[in-house]
Amino acid sequence: MKNSTYAACVAASALMFATPVLADATAEGIAKYREALAEGNPAELWEMRGEELWKEARGPKKATLEKCDLGQGPGVVKGAFVTLPRHFADTGRVQDLESRLLTCMETLQGIPADEVAKTPFGKGEQKNIEALVAWISAESRGMKFNLPMAHPEEKRMYEIGKRAFNYRGGTHDFGCVTCHGEDGKRIRLQDLPNLTKGPDAARGFGSWPAYRVSSGELWSMQRRLNDCFRQQRFPYPVYGSDVTIALSSYLGVTANGTVESIAPAIKR
Amino acid sequence: MNIRIRQGAIALAVLATLATVAGCAGTGAPTVSSADYDKDAAAVMAASFREQGIVKTDRLTQDEVMVACSKFGHSLDDELRERFQAATLAEVKWPSDGKYIGDWKEGEKIAQSGRGLTWTDKAGEANGGNCYNCHRITKKEISYGTIGPSLYQYGKVHGNTESTQKYVWAKIWNPNAYSACTNMPRFGTHGILDEKQIRHIVALLLDPKSPVNAE
Repeated sequence: MKNSTYAACVAASALMFATPVLADATAEGIAKYREALAEGNPAELWEMRGEELWKEARGPKKATLEKCDLGQGPGVVKGAFVTLPRHFADTGRVQDLESRLLTCMETLQGIPADEVAKTPFGKGEQKNIEALVAWISAESRGMKFNLPMAHPEEKRMYEIGKRAFNYRGGTHDFGCVTCHGEDGKRIRLQDLPNLTKGPDAARGFGSWPAYRVSSGELWSMQRRLNDCFRQQRFPYPVYGSDVTIALSSYLGVTANGTVESIAPAIKR
Repeated sequence: MNIRIRQGAIALAVLATLATVAGCAGTGAPTVSSADYDKDAAAVMAASFREQGIVKTDRLTQDEVMVACSKFGHSLDDELRERFQAATLAEVKWPSDGKYIGDWKEGEKIAQSGRGLTWTDKAGEANGGNCYNCHRITKKEISYGTIGPSLYQYGKVHGNTESTQKYVWAKIWNPNAYSACTNMPRFGTHGILDEKQIRHIVALLLDPKSPVNAE
Protein backbone atom coordinates (compact mmCIF):
# COMPACT_ATOMS: atom_id res chain seq x y z
CA MET A 1 0.00 0.00 0.00
CA LYS A 2 2.68 2.43 1.11
CA ASN A 3 4.92 1.41 -1.78
CA SER A 4 2.22 1.89 -4.37
CA THR A 5 1.37 5.34 -2.98
CA TYR A 6 5.04 6.23 -3.21
CA ALA A 7 5.24 4.93 -6.76
CA ALA A 8 2.18 6.98 -7.73
CA CYS A 9 3.72 10.10 -6.21
CA VAL A 10 6.97 9.59 -8.07
CA ALA A 11 5.03 9.04 -11.27
CA ALA A 12 2.93 12.13 -10.63
CA SER A 13 5.92 14.37 -9.91
CA ALA A 14 7.69 13.02 -12.97
CA LEU A 15 4.66 14.06 -14.97
CA MET A 16 4.52 17.46 -13.38
CA PHE A 17 8.13 18.20 -14.14
CA ALA A 18 8.24 16.67 -17.59
CA THR A 19 6.47 19.61 -19.24
CA PRO A 20 8.42 22.62 -17.88
CA VAL A 21 11.84 21.02 -18.37
CA LEU A 22 10.99 20.08 -21.92
CA ALA A 23 9.52 23.51 -22.60
CA ASP A 24 12.68 25.23 -21.27
CA ALA A 25 14.95 23.13 -23.46
CA THR A 26 12.73 23.88 -26.43
CA ALA A 27 12.60 27.62 -25.71
CA GLU A 28 16.39 27.70 -25.35
CA GLY A 29 16.83 25.91 -28.66
CA ILE A 30 14.51 28.34 -30.38
CA ALA A 31 16.31 31.35 -28.86
CA LYS A 32 19.70 30.05 -30.10
CA TYR A 33 18.27 29.48 -33.55
CA ARG A 34 16.90 33.03 -33.69
CA GLU A 35 20.22 34.47 -32.55
CA ALA A 36 22.04 32.60 -35.31
CA LEU A 37 19.52 33.85 -37.84
CA ALA A 38 19.74 37.50 -36.82
CA GLU A 39 23.47 37.64 -37.52
CA GLY A 40 22.97 37.92 -41.23
CA ASN A 41 19.57 39.25 -42.19
CA PRO A 42 18.99 39.08 -45.96
CA ALA A 43 16.40 41.87 -45.54
CA GLU A 44 19.39 44.15 -46.15
CA LEU A 45 19.17 43.26 -49.85
CA TRP A 46 15.58 44.56 -49.94
CA GLU A 47 16.59 47.67 -48.00
CA MET A 48 19.26 48.54 -50.58
CA ARG A 49 16.87 48.02 -53.46
CA GLY A 50 14.22 50.09 -51.64
CA GLU A 51 16.49 53.09 -51.28
CA GLU A 52 17.32 52.91 -55.00
CA LEU A 53 13.66 52.64 -55.93
CA TRP A 54 12.77 55.70 -53.84
CA LYS A 55 15.20 57.78 -55.92
CA GLU A 56 14.47 56.18 -59.29
CA ALA A 57 12.36 58.04 -61.88
CA ARG A 58 9.60 55.54 -62.70
CA GLY A 59 6.03 55.18 -63.97
CA PRO A 60 4.16 57.08 -66.71
CA LYS A 61 5.21 60.38 -65.10
CA LYS A 62 8.87 59.31 -64.89
CA ALA A 63 9.15 60.72 -61.37
CA THR A 64 10.86 59.61 -58.18
CA LEU A 65 9.20 59.16 -54.79
CA GLU A 66 11.43 61.79 -53.22
CA LYS A 67 8.49 64.18 -52.74
CA CYS A 68 6.33 61.50 -51.10
CA ASP A 69 4.93 62.67 -47.76
CA LEU A 70 4.86 59.81 -45.27
CA GLY A 71 3.60 62.11 -42.54
CA GLN A 72 6.85 63.87 -41.63
CA GLY A 73 6.80 66.22 -44.61
CA PRO A 74 7.65 65.61 -48.30
CA GLY A 75 10.66 63.33 -48.69
CA VAL A 76 11.23 62.71 -44.97
CA VAL A 77 11.70 58.99 -44.40
CA LYS A 78 13.49 58.82 -41.07
CA GLY A 79 11.02 58.28 -38.24
CA ALA A 80 8.01 57.91 -40.55
CA PHE A 81 7.53 54.16 -40.05
CA VAL A 82 7.00 54.41 -36.29
CA THR A 83 4.19 56.99 -36.72
CA LEU A 84 2.09 55.00 -39.18
CA PRO A 85 -0.83 54.52 -39.68
CA ARG A 86 -1.83 58.17 -39.34
CA HIS A 87 -4.34 60.60 -40.85
CA PHE A 88 -3.40 62.40 -44.07
CA ALA A 89 -5.20 65.61 -44.95
CA ASP A 90 -4.69 65.25 -48.73
CA THR A 91 -6.50 61.90 -48.94
CA GLY A 92 -8.75 62.47 -45.91
CA ARG A 93 -7.91 58.94 -44.77
CA VAL A 94 -5.92 57.17 -42.11
CA GLN A 95 -3.26 55.26 -44.06
CA ASP A 96 -0.66 52.66 -43.22
CA LEU A 97 2.74 52.66 -44.89
CA GLU A 98 1.63 50.53 -47.83
CA SER A 99 -1.62 52.35 -48.64
CA ARG A 100 0.33 55.63 -48.36
CA LEU A 101 2.93 54.32 -50.81
CA LEU A 102 0.12 53.50 -53.25
CA THR A 103 -1.06 57.13 -52.99
CA CYS A 104 2.46 58.43 -53.66
CA MET A 105 3.04 56.03 -56.55
CA GLU A 106 -0.23 57.10 -58.14
CA THR A 107 0.00 60.86 -57.62
CA LEU A 108 3.74 61.29 -58.20
CA GLN A 109 4.56 58.51 -60.65
CA GLY A 110 1.19 57.82 -62.30
CA ILE A 111 1.19 54.14 -61.34
CA PRO A 112 -2.50 53.19 -60.77
CA ALA A 113 -3.03 52.33 -57.08
CA ASP A 114 -5.88 49.90 -57.80
CA GLU A 115 -3.71 47.83 -60.11
CA VAL A 116 -0.91 47.58 -57.55
CA ALA A 117 -3.47 46.64 -54.90
CA LYS A 118 -4.75 43.82 -57.14
CA THR A 119 -1.26 42.47 -57.89
CA PRO A 120 -0.48 39.26 -55.97
CA PHE A 121 2.19 39.46 -53.24
CA GLY A 122 5.70 38.89 -54.54
CA LYS A 123 4.86 39.88 -58.13
CA GLY A 124 5.36 43.01 -60.26
CA GLU A 125 4.91 46.29 -58.40
CA GLN A 126 4.29 44.37 -55.16
CA LYS A 127 7.96 43.35 -55.28
CA ASN A 128 8.86 47.02 -55.38
CA ILE A 129 6.58 47.71 -52.40
CA GLU A 130 8.45 44.99 -50.45
CA ALA A 131 11.76 46.72 -51.10
CA LEU A 132 10.37 50.16 -50.27
CA VAL A 133 8.83 49.06 -46.95
CA ALA A 134 12.07 47.26 -46.01
CA TRP A 135 14.09 50.44 -46.49
CA ILE A 136 11.52 52.83 -45.02
CA SER A 137 11.08 50.70 -41.88
CA ALA A 138 14.86 50.31 -41.50
CA GLU A 139 15.13 54.12 -41.40
CA SER A 140 13.19 54.00 -38.09
CA ARG A 141 15.17 51.13 -36.58
CA GLY A 142 15.80 51.69 -32.89
CA MET A 143 12.96 54.21 -32.55
CA LYS A 144 9.87 53.65 -30.43
CA PHE A 145 6.36 53.69 -31.88
CA ASN A 146 4.74 57.08 -31.61
CA LEU A 147 1.48 56.99 -33.59
CA PRO A 148 -0.55 60.19 -33.34
CA MET A 149 -4.07 59.94 -31.89
CA ALA A 150 -5.11 63.62 -31.96
CA HIS A 151 -7.25 63.42 -35.10
CA PRO A 152 -10.76 61.94 -34.61
CA GLU A 153 -10.21 59.64 -37.59
CA GLU A 154 -7.08 58.21 -35.94
CA LYS A 155 -9.07 57.52 -32.79
CA ARG A 156 -11.86 56.03 -34.90
CA MET A 157 -9.52 53.67 -36.76
CA TYR A 158 -7.92 52.58 -33.48
CA GLU A 159 -11.38 51.77 -32.07
CA ILE A 160 -12.36 49.89 -35.24
CA GLY A 161 -9.06 48.00 -35.12
CA LYS A 162 -9.68 46.94 -31.55
CA ARG A 163 -13.06 45.55 -32.55
CA ALA A 164 -11.62 43.83 -35.65
CA PHE A 165 -8.94 42.25 -33.45
CA ASN A 166 -11.60 40.75 -31.19
CA TYR A 167 -13.96 39.79 -34.05
CA ARG A 168 -14.51 36.04 -33.91
CA GLY A 169 -16.04 34.31 -36.89
CA GLY A 170 -15.64 31.76 -39.67
CA THR A 171 -15.71 27.97 -39.49
CA HIS A 172 -13.33 27.91 -36.51
CA ASP A 173 -14.64 30.85 -34.41
CA PHE A 174 -11.17 32.36 -34.64
CA GLY A 175 -10.23 36.01 -34.24
CA CYS A 176 -6.83 37.68 -33.88
CA VAL A 177 -7.48 37.50 -30.15
CA THR A 178 -7.61 33.67 -30.18
CA CYS A 179 -3.84 33.42 -30.67
CA HIS A 180 -2.69 36.88 -29.60
CA GLY A 181 -4.76 37.70 -26.51
CA GLU A 182 -2.75 36.02 -23.76
CA ASP A 183 0.83 36.00 -22.50
CA GLY A 184 3.30 33.20 -23.16
CA LYS A 185 1.32 31.03 -25.59
CA ARG A 186 2.56 29.00 -28.55
CA ILE A 187 1.19 27.48 -31.77
CA ARG A 188 3.24 24.31 -32.10
CA LEU A 189 6.74 25.72 -31.30
CA GLN A 190 5.99 29.23 -32.49
CA ASP A 191 5.84 31.85 -29.71
CA LEU A 192 2.82 34.13 -29.97
CA PRO A 193 3.05 37.76 -28.90
CA ASN A 194 0.19 39.06 -26.75
CA LEU A 195 -0.74 41.90 -29.06
CA THR A 196 -3.09 43.50 -26.54
CA LYS A 197 -0.09 44.63 -24.45
CA GLY A 198 2.51 47.30 -25.27
CA PRO A 199 5.89 45.55 -25.32
CA ASP A 200 4.57 42.45 -27.09
CA ALA A 201 2.62 44.58 -29.56
CA ALA A 202 5.82 46.52 -30.31
CA ARG A 203 7.77 43.29 -30.75
CA GLY A 204 5.04 41.78 -32.94
CA PHE A 205 3.94 44.77 -35.00
CA GLY A 206 7.47 46.23 -34.93
CA SER A 207 9.00 43.14 -36.57
CA TRP A 208 7.15 43.49 -39.87
CA PRO A 209 8.20 43.86 -42.61
CA ALA A 210 10.40 40.83 -42.05
CA TYR A 211 12.53 38.39 -44.01
CA ARG A 212 11.06 34.90 -43.77
CA VAL A 213 13.66 32.15 -43.75
CA SER A 214 11.10 29.43 -44.56
CA SER A 215 10.13 31.01 -47.87
CA GLY A 216 13.09 33.31 -48.60
CA GLU A 217 10.66 36.19 -49.03
CA LEU A 218 10.29 39.66 -47.56
CA TRP A 219 6.82 39.96 -46.08
CA SER A 220 5.19 43.34 -45.57
CA MET A 221 2.70 43.99 -42.77
CA GLN A 222 -0.16 43.71 -45.28
CA ARG A 223 1.08 40.27 -46.26
CA ARG A 224 1.48 39.24 -42.61
CA LEU A 225 -2.10 40.27 -41.86
CA ASN A 226 -3.32 38.58 -45.03
CA ASP A 227 -1.85 35.25 -43.96
CA CYS A 228 -3.24 35.63 -40.43
CA PHE A 229 -6.72 35.99 -41.91
CA ARG A 230 -6.10 32.97 -44.17
CA GLN A 231 -5.21 30.86 -41.15
CA GLN A 232 -8.23 32.22 -39.29
CA ARG A 233 -10.31 30.76 -42.18
CA PHE A 234 -11.57 34.27 -42.92
CA PRO A 235 -12.19 35.55 -46.45
CA TYR A 236 -9.46 37.49 -48.28
CA PRO A 237 -8.69 40.98 -46.91
CA VAL A 238 -8.44 43.44 -49.79
CA TYR A 239 -4.94 44.98 -50.00
CA GLY A 240 -4.91 48.30 -48.19
CA SER A 241 -8.52 47.85 -47.03
CA ASP A 242 -9.73 49.66 -43.93
CA VAL A 243 -9.71 46.52 -41.76
CA THR A 244 -5.98 46.07 -42.37
CA ILE A 245 -5.24 49.74 -41.65
CA ALA A 246 -7.47 49.75 -38.55
CA LEU A 247 -5.68 46.66 -37.18
CA SER A 248 -2.30 48.32 -37.70
CA SER A 249 -3.62 51.44 -35.93
CA TYR A 250 -4.71 49.33 -32.97
CA LEU A 251 -1.41 47.42 -32.80
CA GLY A 252 0.73 50.49 -33.35
CA VAL A 253 -1.05 52.62 -30.75
CA THR A 254 -0.87 49.72 -28.30
CA ALA A 255 2.88 49.54 -29.00
CA ASN A 256 3.39 53.29 -28.54
CA GLY A 257 6.34 54.25 -26.31
CA THR A 258 7.37 50.73 -25.35
CA VAL A 259 9.95 48.67 -27.24
CA GLU A 260 12.15 49.87 -30.12
CA SER A 261 11.29 48.88 -33.67
CA ILE A 262 13.57 46.21 -35.14
CA ALA A 263 11.92 46.03 -38.57
CA PRO A 264 12.76 44.64 -40.98
CA ALA A 265 13.28 41.64 -38.70
CA ILE A 266 14.11 38.04 -39.57
CA LYS A 267 11.54 35.33 -38.99
CA ARG A 268 11.38 31.58 -39.20
CA MET B 1 -14.24 43.25 -58.27
CA ASN B 2 -11.52 44.72 -56.06
CA ILE B 3 -12.18 48.21 -57.27
CA ARG B 4 -15.91 47.88 -56.62
CA ILE B 5 -15.29 46.66 -53.09
CA ARG B 6 -12.74 49.40 -52.45
CA GLN B 7 -15.13 52.05 -53.71
CA GLY B 8 -17.82 50.50 -51.54
CA ALA B 9 -15.46 50.65 -48.57
CA ILE B 10 -14.73 54.30 -49.19
CA ALA B 11 -18.43 55.11 -49.66
CA LEU B 12 -19.28 53.31 -46.41
CA ALA B 13 -16.46 55.04 -44.58
CA VAL B 14 -17.68 58.41 -45.86
CA LEU B 15 -21.25 57.56 -44.82
CA ALA B 16 -20.07 56.48 -41.39
CA THR B 17 -18.06 59.68 -41.01
CA LEU B 18 -21.02 61.78 -42.09
CA ALA B 19 -23.24 59.95 -39.64
CA THR B 20 -20.70 60.51 -36.88
CA VAL B 21 -20.41 64.21 -37.72
CA ALA B 22 -24.20 64.59 -37.98
CA GLY B 23 -24.60 62.90 -34.62
CA CYS B 24 -22.31 65.50 -33.08
CA ALA B 25 -23.89 68.58 -34.66
CA GLY B 26 -24.93 71.14 -32.10
CA THR B 27 -23.26 69.44 -29.16
CA GLY B 28 -20.10 71.52 -29.34
CA ALA B 29 -17.43 68.97 -28.44
CA PRO B 30 -17.59 65.93 -30.73
CA THR B 31 -18.29 62.83 -28.72
CA VAL B 32 -18.42 59.43 -30.35
CA SER B 33 -20.01 56.60 -28.42
CA SER B 34 -18.79 53.03 -28.25
CA ALA B 35 -21.94 52.00 -30.14
CA ASP B 36 -20.98 54.36 -32.99
CA TYR B 37 -17.61 52.63 -33.23
CA ASP B 38 -19.37 49.25 -33.18
CA LYS B 39 -21.36 50.33 -36.24
CA ASP B 40 -18.26 51.69 -37.98
CA ALA B 41 -16.39 48.47 -37.27
CA ALA B 42 -19.24 46.37 -38.70
CA ALA B 43 -19.22 48.51 -41.87
CA VAL B 44 -15.44 48.17 -42.21
CA MET B 45 -15.56 44.39 -41.70
CA ALA B 46 -18.30 44.09 -44.34
CA ALA B 47 -16.41 46.22 -46.87
CA SER B 48 -12.83 44.98 -46.44
CA PHE B 49 -12.97 41.35 -47.52
CA ARG B 50 -13.61 39.48 -50.75
CA GLU B 51 -14.12 35.83 -51.56
CA GLN B 52 -11.13 33.71 -52.54
CA GLY B 53 -11.10 30.03 -53.54
CA ILE B 54 -13.47 28.03 -51.37
CA VAL B 55 -13.90 30.87 -48.85
CA LYS B 56 -16.91 33.15 -49.36
CA THR B 57 -17.60 36.36 -47.48
CA ASP B 58 -20.41 34.68 -45.51
CA ARG B 59 -17.63 33.43 -43.20
CA LEU B 60 -17.88 36.87 -41.59
CA THR B 61 -21.50 36.29 -40.52
CA GLN B 62 -21.62 35.93 -36.76
CA ASP B 63 -24.11 33.93 -34.72
CA GLU B 64 -25.18 35.03 -31.25
CA VAL B 65 -22.27 33.18 -29.60
CA MET B 66 -19.66 34.82 -31.86
CA VAL B 67 -21.15 38.27 -31.28
CA ALA B 68 -21.07 37.82 -27.49
CA CYS B 69 -17.60 36.22 -27.44
CA SER B 70 -16.19 39.01 -29.64
CA LYS B 71 -17.61 41.59 -27.27
CA PHE B 72 -16.96 40.01 -23.87
CA GLY B 73 -14.01 37.71 -24.53
CA HIS B 74 -13.74 35.00 -21.89
CA SER B 75 -15.53 37.14 -19.29
CA LEU B 76 -19.17 36.47 -20.16
CA ASP B 77 -21.67 37.17 -17.42
CA ASP B 78 -23.06 34.10 -15.66
CA GLU B 79 -26.55 34.33 -17.12
CA LEU B 80 -25.30 34.36 -20.72
CA ARG B 81 -22.69 31.70 -20.02
CA GLU B 82 -25.23 29.32 -18.51
CA ARG B 83 -27.73 29.93 -21.31
CA PHE B 84 -25.11 29.30 -24.05
CA GLN B 85 -23.77 26.19 -22.34
CA ALA B 86 -27.21 24.66 -21.75
CA ALA B 87 -28.37 25.40 -25.32
CA THR B 88 -25.13 24.02 -26.76
CA LEU B 89 -25.23 20.80 -24.77
CA ALA B 90 -28.84 20.23 -25.85
CA GLU B 91 -27.78 20.50 -29.51
CA VAL B 92 -24.86 18.07 -29.44
CA LYS B 93 -25.35 15.33 -32.02
CA TRP B 94 -24.39 12.04 -30.45
CA PRO B 95 -22.86 9.22 -32.55
CA SER B 96 -25.53 7.60 -34.73
CA ASP B 97 -24.44 4.06 -33.76
CA GLY B 98 -23.80 4.87 -30.09
CA LYS B 99 -20.07 4.17 -30.50
CA TYR B 100 -17.69 6.84 -29.22
CA ILE B 101 -14.35 5.12 -29.74
CA GLY B 102 -12.68 4.73 -33.14
CA ASP B 103 -9.06 4.05 -34.16
CA TRP B 104 -6.47 6.05 -32.21
CA LYS B 105 -3.96 5.72 -35.07
CA GLU B 106 -6.36 7.59 -37.35
CA GLY B 107 -7.00 10.03 -34.51
CA GLU B 108 -3.28 10.82 -34.31
CA LYS B 109 -3.22 11.66 -38.04
CA ILE B 110 -6.22 13.98 -37.66
CA ALA B 111 -4.66 15.63 -34.57
CA GLN B 112 -1.46 16.30 -36.56
CA SER B 113 -3.19 17.76 -39.60
CA GLY B 114 -3.84 21.49 -39.79
CA ARG B 115 -5.38 21.29 -43.24
CA GLY B 116 -8.72 22.50 -44.39
CA LEU B 117 -11.12 25.39 -44.97
CA THR B 118 -8.59 28.12 -45.74
CA TRP B 119 -8.68 29.83 -49.14
CA THR B 120 -5.59 27.81 -50.19
CA ASP B 121 -7.34 24.50 -49.41
CA LYS B 122 -9.48 22.68 -51.95
CA ALA B 123 -13.12 21.73 -51.55
CA GLY B 124 -13.86 18.12 -50.67
CA GLU B 125 -10.55 17.30 -48.98
CA ALA B 126 -10.66 15.95 -45.43
CA ASN B 127 -10.08 18.60 -42.79
CA GLY B 128 -7.55 18.18 -40.02
CA GLY B 129 -8.24 18.78 -36.35
CA ASN B 130 -5.32 21.16 -35.71
CA CYS B 131 -5.13 19.59 -32.22
CA TYR B 132 -1.33 19.76 -31.77
CA ASN B 133 -1.39 23.46 -32.68
CA CYS B 134 -2.80 24.12 -29.20
CA HIS B 135 -2.45 20.96 -27.08
CA ARG B 136 0.25 18.66 -25.85
CA ILE B 137 -1.14 15.19 -26.62
CA THR B 138 1.46 12.41 -26.90
CA LYS B 139 4.86 12.24 -25.25
CA LYS B 140 6.58 11.68 -28.58
CA GLU B 141 5.34 14.82 -30.32
CA ILE B 142 7.31 17.71 -28.85
CA SER B 143 6.07 20.27 -31.37
CA TYR B 144 2.85 21.21 -29.61
CA GLY B 145 1.14 24.48 -28.79
CA THR B 146 0.04 25.80 -25.43
CA ILE B 147 -3.18 27.70 -26.11
CA GLY B 148 -5.16 24.74 -24.75
CA PRO B 149 -4.35 22.48 -21.77
CA SER B 150 -2.12 19.40 -22.02
CA LEU B 151 -4.10 16.28 -22.94
CA TYR B 152 -1.22 13.88 -22.34
CA GLN B 153 -2.42 10.93 -20.21
CA TYR B 154 -5.98 12.20 -20.52
CA GLY B 155 -7.57 8.75 -20.51
CA LYS B 156 -5.31 7.49 -17.76
CA VAL B 157 -6.34 10.35 -15.51
CA HIS B 158 -10.05 10.50 -16.37
CA GLY B 159 -10.73 6.83 -17.17
CA ASN B 160 -12.19 5.36 -20.33
CA THR B 161 -15.76 5.31 -18.96
CA GLU B 162 -18.92 6.05 -20.91
CA SER B 163 -19.39 9.36 -19.11
CA THR B 164 -15.85 10.45 -20.05
CA GLN B 165 -16.42 9.31 -23.63
CA LYS B 166 -19.61 11.39 -23.78
CA TYR B 167 -17.86 14.40 -22.27
CA VAL B 168 -14.98 14.24 -24.77
CA TRP B 169 -17.40 13.70 -27.66
CA ALA B 170 -19.46 16.78 -26.71
CA LYS B 171 -16.32 18.83 -26.05
CA ILE B 172 -15.09 18.18 -29.60
CA TRP B 173 -18.56 18.53 -31.14
CA ASN B 174 -19.07 21.93 -29.52
CA PRO B 175 -16.75 22.98 -26.68
CA ASN B 176 -19.11 25.83 -25.76
CA ALA B 177 -21.15 23.11 -24.04
CA TYR B 178 -18.73 23.27 -21.10
CA SER B 179 -16.96 26.61 -21.47
CA ALA B 180 -18.73 29.28 -23.47
CA CYS B 181 -16.39 31.49 -25.52
CA THR B 182 -13.54 28.98 -25.36
CA ASN B 183 -10.77 29.41 -27.95
CA MET B 184 -11.53 25.92 -29.28
CA PRO B 185 -13.47 25.52 -32.55
CA ARG B 186 -16.89 23.86 -32.74
CA PHE B 187 -15.66 20.88 -34.75
CA GLY B 188 -18.96 19.01 -35.04
CA THR B 189 -21.43 21.89 -35.12
CA HIS B 190 -19.48 23.66 -37.87
CA GLY B 191 -18.80 20.49 -39.87
CA ILE B 192 -15.01 20.76 -39.57
CA LEU B 193 -14.80 17.09 -38.58
CA ASP B 194 -17.35 14.35 -39.25
CA GLU B 195 -18.64 11.72 -36.84
CA LYS B 196 -16.04 9.15 -37.89
CA GLN B 197 -13.15 11.57 -37.40
CA ILE B 198 -14.40 12.64 -33.98
CA ARG B 199 -14.62 8.97 -32.97
CA HIS B 200 -10.92 8.57 -33.90
CA ILE B 201 -9.91 11.58 -31.80
CA VAL B 202 -11.90 10.30 -28.81
CA ALA B 203 -9.95 7.04 -29.21
CA LEU B 204 -6.64 8.93 -29.32
CA LEU B 205 -7.47 10.54 -25.97
CA LEU B 206 -9.16 7.63 -24.19
CA ASP B 207 -8.08 4.28 -25.64
CA PRO B 208 -5.71 2.68 -23.10
CA LYS B 209 -3.58 1.48 -26.06
CA SER B 210 -3.22 5.02 -27.44
CA PRO B 211 0.25 6.53 -26.84
CA VAL B 212 -1.54 9.32 -24.97
CA ASN B 213 -2.14 6.81 -22.17
CA ALA B 214 0.24 3.90 -22.87
CA GLU B 215 3.49 5.89 -23.07
